[in-house]
Amino acid sequence: MLEIRNLHASIDGKEILRGINLTVKKGDVHAIMGPNGSGKSTLAKVLAGHPDYEVTAGEVLYEGRNLLEMAPDERAREGVFMAFQYPIEVPGVSNAQFLRLAYNEKQKHHGRDELDPLEFKDLLKERAKVVDMDASFMTRSVNEGFSGGEKKRNEILQMAVLEPKLAILDETDSGLDIDALRVVAGGVNQLQGADNAIILVTHYQRLLNYIVPDYVHVLSNGRIAKEGGKELALELEEKGYDWIVKADGQGGGVAAPAN
Amino acid sequence: MVTELVKPESNYQAAFQALKQTKPSVAWVELVRESAMDRFESLGFPSVRDEEWKYTNLAPLAKERFLPSVAKSELTVQDIDRFSFPETAGSQVVLINGVLRDDLSQTEKLDSIVAIDLFTAIADARYSKLIRNYLARNANYHDKGLTALNTAFLQSGVFILIPKNVELSTPLQLTYVADATETGSANFPRVLVVAAENSSAKLIESFVSAGQNSYFTNAVVEVVMEDGARLEHTRLQRESSQAFHVATTAVELGRGSNYKSTSINLGGKLARHDISVVMNHEGSECWVDGLYVVGHDQHTDTHSVIDHKQPYCNSHQLYKGILDGNGRAVFNGKVFVREGAQKTDALQTNKNLLLSPQARVDTKPQLEIYADDVKCAHGAAVGQLDQDELFYLETRGINPKLAKSLLTYGFAEEVIGKIGVESIRNEVDKAVLNQLHTQLDT
Repeated sequence: MLEIRNLHASIDGKEILRGINLTVKKGDVHAIMGPNGSGKSTLAKVLAGHPDYEVTAGEVLYEGRNLLEMAPDERAREGVFMAFQYPIEVPGVSNAQFLRLAYNEKQKHHGRDELDPLEFKDLLKERAKVVDMDASFMTRSVNEGFSGGEKKRNEILQMAVLEPKLAILDETDSGLDIDALRVVAGGVNQLQGADNAIILVTHYQRLLNYIVPDYVHVLSNGRIAKEGGKELALELEEKGYDWIVKADGQGGGVAAPAN
Repeated sequence: MVTELVKPESNYQAAFQALKQTKPSVAWVELVRESAMDRFESLGFPSVRDEEWKYTNLAPLAKERFLPSVAKSELTVQDIDRFSFPETAGSQVVLINGVLRDDLSQTEKLDSIVAIDLFTAIADARYSKLIRNYLARNANYHDKGLTALNTAFLQSGVFILIPKNVELSTPLQLTYVADATETGSANFPRVLVVAAENSSAKLIESFVSAGQNSYFTNAVVEVVMEDGARLEHTRLQRESSQAFHVATTAVELGRGSNYKSTSINLGGKLARHDISVVMNHEGSECWVDGLYVVGHDQHTDTHSVIDHKQPYCNSHQLYKGILDGNGRAVFNGKVFVREGAQKTDALQTNKNLLLSPQARVDTKPQLEIYADDVKCAHGAAVGQLDQDELFYLETRGINPKLAKSLLTYGFAEEVIGKIGVESIRNEVDKAVLNQLHTQLDT
């Protein structure tokens, strides 16, 4: 489904990704871990098409197509979804309005019927169960005045409505309390199936207790420094990132500024 | 050789003399009109040398020499039906070129509310004293040329009286139609609203046009809120792209009264709205909010004055602007907190969204405080659409053009959402998006 080859990317002339190679197949759950500043969030943003990042080398194939040539909105309509680390507030636009617009854009793109507000309301009600959100969230402005946990749940709700083939969750666990983490992780698990894939970007192993990865990749200084199965995450929990960073030749584990 | 320049003001003198012949009034009104005409002759149209008109140039208007319309408009009930809102059925007063038209108005839902021709009411013993007390009291014609001009041409207009303790269940809609089908004229709508003690009502003003000739609207609306009165005042300006629109809303608040104003300014080639709220008594509260949207070749200007004269009064002000093309906007908001107006709570915000690099806004919030135990804040912002917000919407499959529309709509919604009548909210939503040339099925 996704093939990343020798991906290099920079922001403001500073190279953050320095040769990422990663293959994701249908049904896979991949965890991307690593210390702050290792490039994990950058990888997520580059895959979503953030305009601030410049890809300087390498390629990304998504279902055989050159992902990097597609605009962010086209990537989304083709089934790529990124849950933001810091979801954006959109004042004045209700959640229901926004979701229906996004849903219908995708329907249109694939030559399927659009839903009117009433039909969509039913669909939304059904999908909202995935993250246990009540109806009052639908009439409120997108993320405006939401708590951190509510924002993250809202991201997963969007995922539930848009049904992506490839979901990239950028630090979806950060800032969540235990209950919210359980709800969010439970939602993701319900949405995971044999036909789609998930990339979890996370600093801590905690999330992986709830969403069990097939593969764990550890980023250090813009490259994948170590790979393994779910047991690698447990090892990281115990030993921290220093040993990998050191082995990677970067000494000291001093993190670059987070981005 | 000496070339004598004809001042545009003298154009109006002849029309004024004719008006005195055709529409004589009672002595005190004749006096007011005379003195207003005198003031206009010496003040003239404001010029950009006047600080209050620094960014709005009326020279093109003065050059046009519009005169008050004399012919009766041919517009019919069918022609103006599209301007009415379902919620106000049975409670619609229609003015054409500033003149009240009973034959086009609907008044069956007005109950005990008085909404009649102002000029007629002046001569009616039941109202003459009240009108004499309140007319031209808050809209000052002594040093404002345009208000003087409107006052001089007082010949119709509307007098609204919401009696003591009455709660108006159907919102009252005033529709000002400028008929520029045959020719463009100068229209001088004049309204006096008296919200008597403990009354409660919703008032909607709608400025619209028929026809495509250039014309001039100069409206003056005075609102007197007696003690404990409540008024929700929505003002919708959607005149044609050939219109010069200037208007004054002058409000006086009684003790413990509550006034909410939402002004939506969408139309006109050049539009100027002056709104003033004088808080003359303790414990009143007002919301003075607005939205202006200007597209290519449009200019809009809002000047507001909130005058806290007594203690324990609250004022809240939010004006938002959306500018596209080479559109220009001006916002000037003054808040005065007079000596002794302790425990005042005043907030004023102006936010502008520029959708094009050619658009320009001049914003100036001003705060003058002469009391020491008050809570006041003001701020102004000018910005573009947020790149992070756009990216967020795009990652959800929404194309960039639609994403921009959605964010712009969201920006406007904070003000539009304050309108208390649903069909007007929807209409404004549509009009805003239309003006921005976008289709967004909300």
